[in-house]
Amino acid sequence: MNISKVITPVLAVLVFLGLWEALVWVNDWPNYKMASPSDLGPAFTRYWELFLVYGWQTLWRTVAGLLLAIVVGTALGMIMGFSRTMRDGLYPLLVGFNAIPKATVVPIIALMFVGAHDFNTILIAFMISFFPIAVSVSIGLSTLEPEYRDILRSLGASQMTIFWKIALPKTLPEFFGALKVAVTLAFIGTNLMEIVSPHGRGLGALFDSGKTNSDYPLMFAVLIALAVLGILLYYVVVVLEKIFAGWAERQPG
Amino acid sequence: MMGQPHGYGPAWGPMTALIEIRDVSHRFETDSGPLHVLDHLNISIEEGGFTAVVGPSGCGKSTLTRLVSGLMKPDEGEVWLHGERVRGPRSTVGMAFQNPVLLEWRSILNNVVLPLEIVPNKLTRAQKEERARFLLDLVGLSGFEDKRPSELSGGMRQRASLCRALVHKPEVLILDEPFGALDAFTREDLWQTMHKVKQEEPFTGLLITHDLRESIFLADQVVVMSGRPAHTQYLMDVPATGPRALDDLYTPEAAERLNILRHQIQIAQGRTADDDRKEAAE
Repeated sequence: MNISKVITPVLAVLVFLGLWEALVWVNDWPNYKMASPSDLGPAFTRYWELFLVYGWQTLWRTVAGLLLAIVVGTALGMIMGFSRTMRDGLYPLLVGFNAIPKATVVPIIALMFVGAHDFNTILIAFMISFFPIAVSVSIGLSTLEPEYRDILRSLGASQMTIFWKIALPKTLPEFFGALKVAVTLAFIGTNLMEIVSPHGRGLGALFDSGKTNSDYPLMFAVLIALAVLGILLYYVVVVLEKIFAGWAERQPG
Repeated sequence: MMGQPHGYGPAWGPMTALIEIRDVSHRFETDSGPLHVLDHLNISIEEGGFTAVVGPSGCGKSTLTRLVSGLMKPDEGEVWLHGERVRGPRSTVGMAFQNPVLLEWRSILNNVVLPLEIVPNKLTRAQKEERARFLLDLVGLSGFEDKRPSELSGGMRQRASLCRALVHKPEVLILDEPFGALDAFTREDLWQTMHKVKQEEPFTGLLITHDLRESIFLADQVVVMSGRPAHTQYLMDVPATGPRALDDLYTPEAAERLNILRHQIQIAQGRTADDDRKEAAE
């Protein structure tokens, strides 16, 4: 592990915060126009318990939605990857579903399952994030070179063996690429539900209460907290990718 | 029975050959109607023999490999392997293609071991790896066992692919233009490796190739397939005294053989030497 690998991103964040602070200071913007980083510290210390509790709620529901998206997305991807007919049938449906802005689905879901707040939040996180996973898995499987299949089939391997030995590992790089996209999407889904639902929970609800109380530094602090969670989850995916699909990374030079 | 120019009909009766392709015809359904690929094709390969199949592009050579390996069934005719009719894939076959299709996430050693993970056997993991190491050493890849395929050159990858095709001691080795994408010198290196491998690890070989020199250098029998729909147009036996060292390829005898084969390919393409000259003059 190279020390500059840690120092460079930390420096980048500090520079960013410095520029932000300078921008607010030079323009002499009031809080309600744009909070500055120096306002965020007090907001965090004042509400740190709420940040922990709500942050955890947002995190676990996002991860739950993401896991559901992985299971369903992979299953759909497998169905579409192995069967042409299913691909032709399912693709337009999926594309259509994905094209619907999820913000419009939120009130429908909220009405459909009134009170089931955890369930609703997970459902939206899932609905917004499974599509890239399904597409990448199906593309990974359907673009498998026929020679790979032939080599194993000529040895008498079953479809299941071909899937485990070749199709699955070969699809992993595409899968992780999609998962990185899905992580951020799932956060959007979770927060949509948290902000819109009355008496919601999670960071989205904290944001909403900041809005209601005109506590602008709190709103900005929630955004930063969301960004931190997003970065955290993203790098978890990066680590998993390194472990399971590190072979796909070519050494530069 | 269809009369064939070389007088080589199917040998009905007791089986002597290890691979017997009897009167095989095959069609593919395509968007523009049925495509007749093989037409009463007959090829017979003795145990331990090495047959090269040459012919114009698209004459169904790859279809032939899929029929012998049991990946496909012919519309008409029969394919026999060691006295048994081929009805599906069987693990007594090893295959190598022009694309070495090594698994990028496995080391070279684990790529070679792969067939032993699929074909039923009683070998321990250590024995499997020992077998793979032996073959890698045989083709000159010792020291590269732990490398990833992406770290190897094209020729080395093809060598590893060859080891994978042989690791489960198949009776039949099917090679579908395995050296086609390599540069000329690497290809000649691999030809010599093939001779060495055949001595140490006996197999019955079926080689599909576009390279006439390759066919007479490696095989003891060269089959020229006609244009589509393909039948066996011409058969050449290459004696054991034939070209077996690279220098032998530049003797008058080898030139004579290549000339005959080249002429047969022209016939298969439906061309004559005069056509070529006319075209060149235009």
